[in-house]
Amino acid sequence: MSAVPLTDPAGGSSSSRAERLRHALPKLVLAPSFALVLVFVYGFILWTIYLSFTPSRMLPVYQLIGFDAYQRLWSQPNWYVALQNLAIFGSLYLLLCTAIGLTLAILLDQRIRFEGVLRPIFLYPMALSFIVTGTAWQWFLNPTLGLGRTMQALGWPTWAPVRWLGWENAQFDWLVNTETAIYTVVIAGVWQASGFVMAMFLAGLRGIDGEIIKAAEIDGASSFTIYRRIIIPLLRPVFLSVFIVLAHMAIKSYDLVKALTGGGPGNATELPSTFMYSFTYERSQMAVGAASAVIMLMTITAIIVPYLYSELRERRG
Amino acid sequence: MRIRKLAFVLTAGVLGLAPAKAQEQVEVLHWWTAGGEAAALSVLKDNLAKQGVTWKDMPVAGGSGVQAMTALRARVTAGTPPTAAQLLGFNLRDWGSQGFAANLDDVAKANDWEKLVPEPLKAFSKDAGHWVAVPVNIHSTNWLWINKAALDKAGLQPPKTLDEFIAMLDAFKAQGITALAHGGSPWQDTTLWEAVVLSIGGMDFYKKAVLQLDPAALKSDKMRKAFDTMTKLRGYFDKGFSGRDWNLSTAMVIKGEAGAQEMGDWAKGEFIGAKKVPDQDFVCIRFPGTQGNVLFNADQFMMFKLGAKDIPAQHKMAAAVLDTSFQIAFNKVKGSAPARLGVSDAEFDACGKKGIKDVAEAMAAGTMVGSLAHGYAQPDSIKNAFFDVVTQHLNGQLTTDQALTRLPAAIAAAK
Repeated sequence: MSAVPLTDPAGGSSSSRAERLRHALPKLVLAPSFALVLVFVYGFILWTIYLSFTPSRMLPVYQLIGFDAYQRLWSQPNWYVALQNLAIFGSLYLLLCTAIGLTLAILLDQRIRFEGVLRPIFLYPMALSFIVTGTAWQWFLNPTLGLGRTMQALGWPTWAPVRWLGWENAQFDWLVNTETAIYTVVIAGVWQASGFVMAMFLAGLRGIDGEIIKAAEIDGASSFTIYRRIIIPLLRPVFLSVFIVLAHMAIKSYDLVKALTGGGPGNATELPSTFMYSFTYERSQMAVGAASAVIMLMTITAIIVPYLYSELRERRG
Repeated sequence: MRIRKLAFVLTAGVLGLAPAKAQEQVEVLHWWTAGGEAAALSVLKDNLAKQGVTWKDMPVAGGSGVQAMTALRARVTAGTPPTAAQLLGFNLRDWGSQGFAANLDDVAKANDWEKLVPEPLKAFSKDAGHWVAVPVNIHSTNWLWINKAALDKAGLQPPKTLDEFIAMLDAFKAQGITALAHGGSPWQDTTLWEAVVLSIGGMDFYKKAVLQLDPAALKSDKMRKAFDTMTKLRGYFDKGFSGRDWNLSTAMVIKGEAGAQEMGDWAKGEFIGAKKVPDQDFVCIRFPGTQGNVLFNADQFMMFKLGAKDIPAQHKMAAAVLDTSFQIAFNKVKGSAPARLGVSDAEFDACGKKGIKDVAEAMAAGTMVGSLAHGYAQPDSIKNAFFDVVTQHLNGQLTTDQALTRLPAAIAAAK
């Protein structure tokens, strides 16, 4: 559509009003959702930041007292546990999801039969909510209900394959062990998200120009070399998207931990998100909870902003 | 005003069948969702229904009431508080001091609550000298529930001391059942811990350490022994204890999969619900070494400030809660003792009678004090500081030495 006004300046006819309406329509339609986002996302971000500088306990108070809440936050042993767990969970979650997702995508891309059946099977876990994933895995990993009990029922009181590897008396009790519980969160998280990552990579793979591959094949490159030297480097934007999606899911992941371990045993699977909830709502330390939320926001911002920057720059270039 | 009218018209339109005459209604937020608890509550509902007051339930699942508190905060902040909410201990004080509480002085005077409600409860039912809440019951947390068949099989008497208790657990272990059923969550861990602290240190020590937060007591040898005992008790749990709900642990004792459980008297509701008989199928005793002491927590209905048209129903409900017939009917099912003095124990079973007697004795001796795990000893922030250390120690994240240094530090940080 032309940007030049089509109306007759002298006329002021009904066609000009319709034209103006047509111009305004997208703005009008967007305005309510824009206002909602403005208030309920950015408004509440500002409100949270404000709260983190107040002495709020059970309910919000609006007196500013400076960085007290941040000092309290960084003097909490629980907060360090949460950060450490986020580091373990976040890095393993990212790494494993990407590795498994990419491998699955490459294997599916070999024009195998039944691809149409396999793809939704891998993708399906993403359709479940984290709560369902967490609950299901909680049953599965619970030593008295799930895998451990099944093994016992089958006459393997100790986990046979592991014992075969020379680990006597090994039992699969990761869920209830404070040292290993955080890894059960990784397992459940990876199970859920790998299929989604696979779908993203698959889309990326299908988008690659077949001519390049053919040229490489003519040059006599093995398919391993083709993937390593050509295809995977071409998937760089997909890697970036995967990273962004997974990283923010890791930082905000709350329901998965709640359903799987409830933050326990002890506080072995505390994450910043569970910390924030607990301090804000269970412990009447709203200001400390708000401060932890601000730290989480800053972490996410540190990931998103470079991404947006690189995206926008690419578009322009 | 116009918006409110519009909202009313819309709501009525949506509901389609707006009643011609507004009926009196109370909306009650609570976390009584386990089998026995839900049954106990229906007694109160029926009672109110007879007076023409409909009951709108707002149950929020979760044994410790944490989730319910979050829901309540949302409702009150939004300016639409429920008629009443089930609250415990220091939460009552917190809400009372925020100015959201209704004034129940008229109902209290008309029904003589001043005389009827036990002193330790009254301290929490009132805010600045005014009645704001009605106690429903007196629970206590230092109970031990034992499967009678397992006990007989071991050929033992119910344990009176910690040593006898350990011996009993060893015997249960030898029978191949889970010796001590436990649900691993911070509040359950601390419920066990406070009973152990009371058993080892006695009432004076409990008061000093838990109520007065005396640093010397928190680091003392008795406290060390309490933590060491917790480590020992953990050896009697089954592998799947972590994160289990309390009533599932009780079910293990009921079914004979486990020998005993330390839990508040609400566990009795589960036994009764499973048609079990005290002294025949199960044994209820004070946690070994704590006879004569009662760590109490009382469910109270905090009443919120409402519009004039809702107040009559609210007052009816407040009066109904302390009504003798309701107190008997309710507490019989719930496992607790009546929150009203001088109620006959004739209709109660053996455990109920014992509970009522224990409360009376402890009140006379001054050994009825608030339970830490259930919010009657410390405000939320300090309570949770205890929770952290106790649960991390029980789960092996902290050694006893670390727990003893961490506890005073965590309390200081939470103040």
